[in-house]
Amino acid sequence: MSVRRLAQTQPASFAFTPDNAAQAQALIAKYPDGRQASAVVPLLWLAQKQHDYWLPKPAIEEVARLLSMPVIRVMEIATFYSMFNLEPVGKYFIQLCGTTPCALRGAEAVRQVCLDRIGPQKQVSSDGIFAWAEVECLGACCNAPMVQINDDYYEDLTPQNFAKLLDDLAAGRAVAKGSQTGRSASAPTGGDTTLSDTQLYDGSQLGAWQKRFAESEATKVETKA
Amino acid sequence: MLADKDRIFTNLYGRHSPALKAAQMRGAWDGTKFLIDRGRDWIINEMKASGLRGRGGAGFPTGLKWSFMPKPDPARPSYLVVNADESEPGTCKDREILRNDPHLLIEGCLIASMAMGAHACYIYVRGEYIEERDALEAAVQEAYAANLIGRNNVHGWPFDLYVHHGAGAYICGEETALLESLEGKKGMPRMKPPFPANMGLYGCPTTVNNVESIAVAPTILRRGAAWFAGFGAKNNAGTKLFCISGHVNNPCNVEEAMSIPFRELIDRHCGGVRGGWDNLLAVIPGGSSVRCVPADQIIDTPMDFDSLSKLRSGLGTAAVIVMDKSTDIVRAIARLSYFYKHESCGQCTPCREGTGWMWRVVSRMAEGRAQKREIDMLLDVSKQIEGHTICALGDAAAWPIQGLITHFRPEIERRIDAYSANPHSEPVQMMAAQ
Repeated sequence: MSVRRLAQTQPASFAFTPDNAAQAQALIAKYPDGRQASAVVPLLWLAQKQHDYWLPKPAIEEVARLLSMPVIRVMEIATFYSMFNLEPVGKYFIQLCGTTPCALRGAEAVRQVCLDRIGPQKQVSSDGIFAWAEVECLGACCNAPMVQINDDYYEDLTPQNFAKLLDDLAAGRAVAKGSQTGRSASAPTGGDTTLSDTQLYDGSQLGAWQKRFAESEATKVETKA
Repeated sequence: MLADKDRIFTNLYGRHSPALKAAQMRGAWDGTKFLIDRGRDWIINEMKASGLRGRGGAGFPTGLKWSFMPKPDPARPSYLVVNADESEPGTCKDREILRNDPHLLIEGCLIASMAMGAHACYIYVRGEYIEERDALEAAVQEAYAANLIGRNNVHGWPFDLYVHHGAGAYICGEETALLESLEGKKGMPRMKPPFPANMGLYGCPTTVNNVESIAVAPTILRRGAAWFAGFGAKNNAGTKLFCISGHVNNPCNVEEAMSIPFRELIDRHCGGVRGGWDNLLAVIPGGSSVRCVPADQIIDTPMDFDSLSKLRSGLGTAAVIVMDKSTDIVRAIARLSYFYKHESCGQCTPCREGTGWMWRVVSRMAEGRAQKREIDMLLDVSKQIEGHTICALGDAAAWPIQGLITHFRPEIERRIDAYSANPHSEPVQMMAAQ
């Protein structure tokens, strides 16, 4: 539970772009007739992405109108779910995982980089590029510590590679998503200990399991005879 | 050690393509129609016989859960909902399935839906998993294009699959909160009964299963219940994805047989504990919600539901958080307390007020700024929260604290002594519940 309020300064209006409006209709179509309220979270997310990663009041009202929901119900959703940013978050919004598994692997040092480089959390840096917040477990614990920047995960961080990552983003250079140490997904760093059997991948085992059924069919026929 | 040929998730590390063609080469969608043609009763019996227990944390037998679904009624369609709201601290296994082996999950959804008479399935992916959601959505489109799923698919069971997502709320991993969220409301858990099998999504019969439980189903049916039941101790069958994080040399996800001893799991796949086995302090063996276990008790314990519950902990999601002796254990648990305070939905008073109170007290204890009688008071309050809330988040918040006090009370007392041995301008105040 936390107190969440709408931003003080709000834009005058919000409208989905034609592309997003079409996407909104496709999202609504996923749910049965009369259950269009189910699309409220995906629609708010779509609105947030369109609006520089934060959700203004007119967008909440627009989503309510699209889904024929009372505005207060949509307001409840926007304030309940922590991924909806109710205030501007800069060009790159950094969500730093600070929960125990990341903390054990050095999230504190990464947090210090944010503090030194960007300033206090939940405030946009003076150049308007960064804002950061400490969030709860982002579910990449084998690649801790990690941050999410806008849509993407950046994993296996150290203060050094994270500082470089921020420099690259600020300078507009291309950055690699995922592991910053070149790991493939959550494979162990010392080399894979499993999944080296090439037969798993060449299709040679396909259908082998059906032998079991063929054999039991054969026994059935024998017992009948 | 589990042989590679007995592993279900053969693209766990994303070293191969997640796309349909490659997935088919690895065995996904192999003979699905043959399995479906054997009928609903066969599927459910086979799942029951396999001994698969739900992989989302509670460990409820999956086959039994499927059998609770009532007979199909056109006025109230049945639904399968797959819980991919993976948010339990320490857990990162479903993420690998979603992005690297999505076709196993999609095939599982079709088979499970057929077994429970459902024609529609929603997969609820946590909001932060954006790349994973896109990967899953792409795989679903591939499956539609190949007519593997859809109204008139090659398997003869009309079936629609939809990917839905949340927006960052741990509580939506609780099945009824997930259903509320999927209906477009705040994720606040519902009272049970009625159980989702009778009144679930949109008031219709619904089964909610974890991603891993559904994704292993097709392989179990292909290889046979006896094959799956052959791994692990009695009543703890199968293979399992373990997510090992924290102070090991090589943290990783790995699929292993259930009941593998803790020492073997860590030595074989993670290169041992950082600083050697003598440096191990404690382990949280099943995600943040279970009680921690001190080193001497865990080292030779088989990693399964029953062995860990004998230690008053649990296998949970098999998210193994390893802590070496450099860990400030009180702060580590205090951080988890903050997590539960942050994620409480606010519906039940004991949880809404209690999680914050526990966090404040245990944070003071981490500094030693407390009185010794507060330790027993904290334990007592945690027991007032446990079991007095609609969902299990209250219990989940209480258990880490209880584990800390059970196993590390001397450490808390040492800090209190150290703090009070030094002069401080303000005396330690007891804190009122607020």
